[in-house]
Amino acid sequence: MAEVKSSGTGAEATTQPRESAVPKTGLQRLLAQYGVSYAFLLPYMIFFFAFLIIPVGVAIWLSFTYFNMLEPPRVIGWSNYRLLFLEDDIFVLSIRNTLFFAFITGPVSLTASFLLAWFINQIRVRTIYALAFYAPSLTSAIAMAVVWRIVFSGDRYGYMNYFLMRMGIIQEPFLWLIDQRTMLPVIMFVMLWMSMGNNFLVFLAGLQTVNTELYEAGKVDGIAHPLQEMWYITLPSMKPQVLFGVINAVVLMFSAGFEISLSLAGLPSPLYAAHMILSHLYDYAFIRFEMGYAAAIAVILFIITFGVGQGALRLLATKDE
Amino acid sequence: MIIRVGRFKMTSGEFTTIAALTILAAFMSLPLIFVVSHALKPIDELFLFPPRFIVRNPTLRNFQDLLIATYSLNVPFIRYIFNSVFVAFCTVVGGVLLASLAAYPLAKHNFPGRHTMFIVVIAALMFTPQVTAIPRYLVVYQLGIIDTYFALVLPNLAIPYALFLMKQFMEQIPAALIESAKIDGATEWTVFWRVVMPLVTPAWATLVIIIFVGTWNDIWAPLVFTRTESMRTLPIALQTLISQGSVARQGAYAAATFIMITPPVVLFTLVQRRVIATMAHSGIKA
Repeated sequence: MAEVKSSGTGAEATTQPRESAVPKTGLQRLLAQYGVSYAFLLPYMIFFFAFLIIPVGVAIWLSFTYFNMLEPPRVIGWSNYRLLFLEDDIFVLSIRNTLFFAFITGPVSLTASFLLAWFINQIRVRTIYALAFYAPSLTSAIAMAVVWRIVFSGDRYGYMNYFLMRMGIIQEPFLWLIDQRTMLPVIMFVMLWMSMGNNFLVFLAGLQTVNTELYEAGKVDGIAHPLQEMWYITLPSMKPQVLFGVINAVVLMFSAGFEISLSLAGLPSPLYAAHMILSHLYDYAFIRFEMGYAAAIAVILFIITFGVGQGALRLLATKDE
Repeated sequence: MIIRVGRFKMTSGEFTTIAALTILAAFMSLPLIFVVSHALKPIDELFLFPPRFIVRNPTLRNFQDLLIATYSLNVPFIRYIFNSVFVAFCTVVGGVLLASLAAYPLAKHNFPGRHTMFIVVIAALMFTPQVTAIPRYLVVYQLGIIDTYFALVLPNLAIPYALFLMKQFMEQIPAALIESAKIDGATEWTVFWRVVMPLVTPAWATLVIIIFVGTWNDIWAPLVFTRTESMRTLPIALQTLISQGSVARQGAYAAATFIMITPPVVLFTLVQRRVIATMAHSGIKA
């Protein structure tokens, strides 16, 4: 409450602590100096704490328990984790699939959404193109699965088989969603098509904030080609948006493949060829009702995501300097 | 080389770019075209195999069917629409506001705990929501707001994604601009509303779209946090309709999908035009 009060004074975060006759405790001094900053943060943090931090904390605790959602959770220490890495071969397979999926679709999707936003920014009629590229995000993965199942259908009526047989590339219909060599690539293709959405919009918004004077200055300095302009002026000016895009792509790639995998390849997928970490989690949480085990999977997934995210940021930072 | 298309003159490079974009855009918008075309199909075309992408004999019959089917619901259909619109509106306004307020000090102030707070927000962004669903339900239950509008709005207000986005855009605002406003006697509150928010219009307009689409399509929160039929939202009502009816309801379903997708498209068109328009008359940099 004290934080709210101090916001009314309009004190600036950068001002020196005000001298006062009454000696202050550390907390009071902190509030006097930075109260405004905390006041701005307070409303968000209340909801953040109640609906995100507490649930995440509980989930982490659950990962050390056996919890079947009927009896109260029973603490069992590290067993879930031991089981995951030492006994559960399918989990290890799902990590491999997820990493393969993320390391290819992530960079491709990121680059493609930036290039699309950049191209669209060059032309006059933008809204209609922006809508077209955002369209896949407007529809849900499950609704669109209907269409993709027809495209990649294993019989000769599937659009893909029909097209390829017509062209004489293949002689017999190919089982795109059952053959373990093509299952993951097909899911990755659908993912790419769907993943442009939010990053593309953010990049488009980011492009509007680039100082146009920089382009004129660049021309004076001899930057002639639009691609040069993009590389030397646009990208550096958009560093905050690029960082956002990278983190966002990492999060998306480690989670979103699952929905498509579920709707196209099923759960479990044939020979687990399209088994993602999240598929494994879903299996244990909502089919076998082993919530403790599922929570442990979530913690591992979180550690991988966080690690890859940090790695990507570091890579970007060194490239910059 | 200069190519003329109607009134427009363009270089061959521009022409190639636009041609390539158009082909790609056509490919990317296939789902939208399919949804629209599917909603207009008569019953025999709906069940055609292999399915026909573009409708041959368009009809509005499916919308009639949907209207009739909705009579079987216990609650008037308009109630679901109201719930969806109301919840989406509150979540968008609250979500954008909270994220913007919190992003400002994270981007532009220097205070103890700033870095830690930011890292925690990013970390929360990365934690799988499937597992936190049950603890989250318990929080909502403990607050005693199950089956109210609060349960549909409050848990979705603190969006790490939104905070992160706003912070990144606010970082670009030159410090000199904020300082000069303060020298002129503006309080932090005035700086936030008069200087910072107008400058990041593209960012919050984008968020409006993203949060609206997310809330509008969300099926999880209403399913878990509400019990009575009158609190349910549009996606749930549509699911109910489909699961009730068998073959005969396929047309109604196609029409329902069309209705679901229309508000996001309309909002997108309105807001996106504003994002682009802001650039035209505001030189953002100081």
